[in-house]
Amino acid sequence: MDSVSAKLLSAPEVEEIIDLVRHVYGFDFSGYSRASLKRRIIRIMQLKKIDIFDLRSLIINSNDFFEEFLLEITVNVTEMFRDPAFFKALREKVFPYLSSYARIKVWNAGCSTGEELYSFAILLEEENLYNRSFLYGTDINSEVLDTAKKGIYDFKKMKLNSENYIASGAINSLSDYYESNHNSVTLDSKLKKNTLFSIHNLVTDNVFNEFQIISCRNVLIYFTVELQERVLQLFYESLCPLGFLCLGSKEYLRNEELASKFKVVDKVENIYQKIV
Amino acid sequence: MSENALDIDQKLQNAELLILGCSAGGFLLVYNFLLKLPANFPLPVVVIIHRSRSYKSLIEEHLNGLSSLNIKMADDKESIKSGTVYFAPPDYHLLVETDKTLSLDNSEPVHFCRPAIDVTFQTAADTYQDKLIAILLSGANSDGADGMEYISELNGLTIVQQPEEAEVDIMPKAAINRGNIDLVLKMDEITSLIHKIVKLKSNF
Repeated sequence: MDSVSAKLLSAPEVEEIIDLVRHVYGFDFSGYSRASLKRRIIRIMQLKKIDIFDLRSLIINSNDFFEEFLLEITVNVTEMFRDPAFFKALREKVFPYLSSYARIKVWNAGCSTGEELYSFAILLEEENLYNRSFLYGTDINSEVLDTAKKGIYDFKKMKLNSENYIASGAINSLSDYYESNHNSVTLDSKLKKNTLFSIHNLVTDNVFNEFQIISCRNVLIYFTVELQERVLQLFYESLCPLGFLCLGSKEYLRNEELASKFKVVDKVENIYQKIV
Repeated sequence: MSENALDIDQKLQNAELLILGCSAGGFLLVYNFLLKLPANFPLPVVVIIHRSRSYKSLIEEHLNGLSSLNIKMADDKESIKSGTVYFAPPDYHLLVETDKTLSLDNSEPVHFCRPAIDVTFQTAADTYQDKLIAILLSGANSDGADGMEYISELNGLTIVQQPEEAEVDIMPKAAINRGNIDLVLKMDEITSLIHKIVKLKSNF
């Protein structure tokens, strides 16, 4: 971010933008943590070189601008096999348990451009579980979902993805799962076969299926404690008995009543199993 | 006493949060600084050190064992309380919310850094305004300069380690070059401010 004046965007103006977006488009950001949200709005203002007056007017008058706004307001930073130790724990502590299941449904909530969902797909494939699995990726943003559906990624990012994959306990080479083009790579179509990407808003939408695993990592940190609780309750209701919940490394089940309904599978990697 | 010195005493006395940032060459300085904080130090402290996510540092645990204060890695949505030192976790930006809680953010690195000093400094200034003391030490990039400028705009107190003394002077120099630093001090002088803060706040 370029140097920012403290006067660029005030706290009341952030609230005004939240209200405006809710009234005009029905997207409710009132449960988002404000400090991060403010930085995202400032980022958009800097990218577009606009002030608060332009921002208001563009939100009201331009659907195209709003699409871009929605893309930039949420954080879409992701990697394949991000936090390799988490994927190692999945492989060692969760997947052996799942091998007795006839069907394995995975929900990756807040999936962004799909890298994490495809990481799950690769692991399931390597553990011979993929044919029995179906992976749902959801996000509020249609543009990131389009990228996820294509499964085409920047070649430059594959070095990091590959390093992550190796650190997670790789049994193959990541390049076995994609074809390289000039500046991009295309994931193997068999990884896309049992996947579905669709719009779902954690703020307003409800249970839509029953899952054996729900993974929602580094999404809850952008929400207030109240919204975090709503979303965690939604996950609880969406899990089958003995289903697994995976959160980001700094995200917790802080509500004691809800926490008592889960067993801790991995304390460091934040993997839980629904027991009640 | 000059008007400027009175003004600085006033800011030290009004302060409700102390925030420290550094990178290369700053690690030991922060370590020694924190160990000098007395049990009755009246301000909560937030520390941002650039560190790699692949390197699991145990600095918080180690310091916590040696200090009479509670020294820990910051948690998402944790309340900011005096008697506590919060470190930004590796690979996350640490943000201060208006209700004086901390939150984490996994967005793009700033100056190739996550955590970035600028992010914490700016969000802390939004909440604490002129009740903030920010200290920037040795470091190898210009992270922190924007944050210091922002804090200064909101009348917080800005303190930078003297570049001649810093092991790596890029970070202190970048901040000083913006022209809005209240105090440029040697590490000894920065450390002696601890006692001044304790004294001023206890007479308040």
